[in-house]
Amino acid sequence: MSGLIEALASVVGQDGCLSRPEELLVYECDALTLHAAKPTAVVFPRSTDDVVRIVEACRRFGTPFVPRGAGTGLSGGATANEGAVVVECSRMNRILELNAEDRYAVVEPGVVNADLSKAALPSGLFYAPDPSSQLACTIGGNVAENSGGPHTLKYGATTNHVLALELVLPSGAVVQLGSATGWTVGYDWVGAVVGSEGTLGIVTQATLRLEPIPEGVETLLGIFADVVAACRTVSGIIQSGLVPAALEVIDRRTIAAVEASVYAAGLPLDAGAVLIVELDGPAPALPAQVERVRGIAAREGATRVEVARDDAERQRFWRARKGAFGAMGRMAPDLYVHDAVVPRARLPEVIEKVCAIGDRYGLKLSNVFHAGDGNLHPNISFDRRDSDELERVIAAGAEILETCVEAGGVISGEHGIGSEKRDYMGLLFSEADLDAMKRLRTVFDPDGVCNPGKIFPTTRFCVESNPRARGYDRVPLES
Amino acid sequence: MDPARQSSTERWREILERSLDCVHCGLCLPTCPTYRETGREISSPRGRIYLLRGVAEGRIPLAAAVAEEAYLCLGCRACETACPSGVRFGSMLELSRAEVEVAQLRSGWARRLEGWALRSLVPHRRRLRLLFDLLAAVQRLRLDRLARPLLPRRLRELHALLPPIPPKRDRRPPPEIVPARGERRGRVGLLTGCIAAEAFGHVNRATLRVLARNGFEVVVPRDQGCCGALHAHGGDPETASELARRNVAAFGRADVEAIVVNSAGCGAAMREANAWIGSEAEAFAAKVRDVSEFLDAAGLQPPGGRFEARVCYDDPCHLVHGQGVAEAPRNLLRQIPGLKLEPHDDPAGCCGAAGIYNLTHREMSNAVLDRKLRALAAADPDVIATGNPGCLMQLRAGAARFKLRARVVHPIELLDAAYGPDA
Repeated sequence: MSGLIEALASVVGQDGCLSRPEELLVYECDALTLHAAKPTAVVFPRSTDDVVRIVEACRRFGTPFVPRGAGTGLSGGATANEGAVVVECSRMNRILELNAEDRYAVVEPGVVNADLSKAALPSGLFYAPDPSSQLACTIGGNVAENSGGPHTLKYGATTNHVLALELVLPSGAVVQLGSATGWTVGYDWVGAVVGSEGTLGIVTQATLRLEPIPEGVETLLGIFADVVAACRTVSGIIQSGLVPAALEVIDRRTIAAVEASVYAAGLPLDAGAVLIVELDGPAPALPAQVERVRGIAAREGATRVEVARDDAERQRFWRARKGAFGAMGRMAPDLYVHDAVVPRARLPEVIEKVCAIGDRYGLKLSNVFHAGDGNLHPNISFDRRDSDELERVIAAGAEILETCVEAGGVISGEHGIGSEKRDYMGLLFSEADLDAMKRLRTVFDPDGVCNPGKIFPTTRFCVESNPRARGYDRVPLES
Repeated sequence: MDPARQSSTERWREILERSLDCVHCGLCLPTCPTYRETGREISSPRGRIYLLRGVAEGRIPLAAAVAEEAYLCLGCRACETACPSGVRFGSMLELSRAEVEVAQLRSGWARRLEGWALRSLVPHRRRLRLLFDLLAAVQRLRLDRLARPLLPRRLRELHALLPPIPPKRDRRPPPEIVPARGERRGRVGLLTGCIAAEAFGHVNRATLRVLARNGFEVVVPRDQGCCGALHAHGGDPETASELARRNVAAFGRADVEAIVVNSAGCGAAMREANAWIGSEAEAFAAKVRDVSEFLDAAGLQPPGGRFEARVCYDDPCHLVHGQGVAEAPRNLLRQIPGLKLEPHDDPAGCCGAAGIYNLTHREMSNAVLDRKLRALAAADPDVIATGNPGCLMQLRAGAARFKLRARVVHPIELLDAAYGPDA
């Protein structure tokens, strides 16, 4: 193995290659700590050429590789299965071009999501996909997982914002996909790569669509006695024809955790749930929209509706929303963030079922989610050292996914499948579906060396028979 | 529990306990100076917590890589401000450094010199005074400038950090009691510091004048001393606790409502003295206030004079992250007629001083400082204000290196100037 490490160090220097056991330990997982696998080495390329040479070195030594950004992913997408080499893109973090006239930016994969919007601000533009981890997560990871965020509701997810990509294939070839104009000629290769979770190659450049900053924005906070009433309000707003920028529900347990943290925003601790409604667009249109939302919320039983008085208060609401996941660390040592999507009209009934599942398994389940998209995030707080509790967490998670699929939903909104949900793909896809996907992958990565062990089921069993019997009861806790 | 009396097992148990607060979300990464520079998970707060949990759970040994990271961390605690889960990383870091010292994982002449200086020099006022007498003489005779080209690079950089040492009369300790002026509003104590008392006597005198102008009688206990922060951060909880006890006793006898501190690093440490030595420090720790926080809460008497300048305020880490004080110094500065407070791009990022870090980790310290200076250069202020002696020295050296025209001062000096000369 030292031959490989020498080869890697000759590309990126000693400083750019980590291989001591302590250094590798911290790369054994991303933000999904349940799945762990130690890499062989971690390398830090600074250019596309570095990536090409790293890929070539890995191929020479027959070692797989996996790209990684900030490691904030929640599906184990950046976990280094099969002793893969982690290609850590954090040092490829330059914004190469910001074209205000044509509203796009060309960036390296290690650029932090929020930094792009910050750089675009003087041009009156912003990058719309805004996952909760946007202060830390990188564009490379966003492209891999097709990340969303609260503002996906109006602006679309990452896939709606990627115009072109530079991709290093597992063969070492560098290909240019798409164009900055946004027009696709022939196959939509960009569409295939976004959301491919690093299984098709390593993205070394992305051309991203920027949006003009809306003229006006109003952020409302609806306070409800329970989550179901908040969800009914969401359905009501969507049915009314309004297109809010964001519709986010935060439940009581989450409010308690956030309000105990540095991200406290003064959310009412006695509320069953709060609903953040953000409206943006031409300023004159907003007051009427605010009134319509107030009316719908009142009809569905909101105890009151507040409107952010200024930008500072608006920011506080959003900081509370985006700090929510981390704040759950106050409830228990570990957190399992689920991610599933249901048709919006069925939100109220599904959320009730999800809460019932948590109760039935005796788990601390909380909900904070992109209600407008029907994208649920049931969060289960637990302690992985308690094996009985861990089993219940896994079993409850499986039931939640089944419930969502039964309601006509899918098993991931924005976190990806990764290693976390690969054995649940059968809930959605037939053998023929999966086979077609595999053949697409083979076009890019015929030998399966790029991020192995992700997306596709590890076994060929029929999922419908008993999903709980597979995968999740064999979660590796240690590598 | 008193870390000085903890056994290794107890320390690791506490480290494990604290590590469980982390759910691995990663919101700390972009705030961490060493992660920003290296992009390495192991040099991030989340990575360090994972690493320490690994040692605590026996998955990896307490090896060299762990020791390196424990000391590569600047201890700025920006991660604590970002952490939604409330991980107390600063205290985890101190515990782990104490264990690194127990395991004797650091060695070399620099380590021995550091240990000697922290134990045998810093806590002893007379010895410190002698050293500063010597340095002052060297500076007066310009021997340092003559010798500069001959010095090795490391020492040349160290020399750039050294502020001009004031003449002996300016290093005399202030009177033990400074009476309030005008309507008396209370009685407070002042920590004069160890190195600060010698190198930043003018800041202490400005603090005394401003407090007096605001109606506070100030007690400066003679038997006070170093706060012990450098020792606690450097893996020496025994000396830190000993020094904290000395100050608890000194200020206990002074009978004051508040203990005012103008050095952010000292204030942050003193506020945690009860975590070091237990309940005997409870009342002491509860009384500690940074001078800016104290004056802002008491309500500042409006300064009569003007101070015409564009000022960038720069947050000392141990004020904004260690004590959660961000607005108070800005509020005070805004009340100075003529002063225009200018924002800059990186106010809450570390400057790289970090106690003695700029001596032990020159390269990283300079990289961290450069980021800050690029932000300050873009704002191009007349004055840079920051309330911590280490940051003052570091930013001065950096401003000179970047050829910024700005003076670097303590905010209290600006207030003092705005009040005008004593009537």
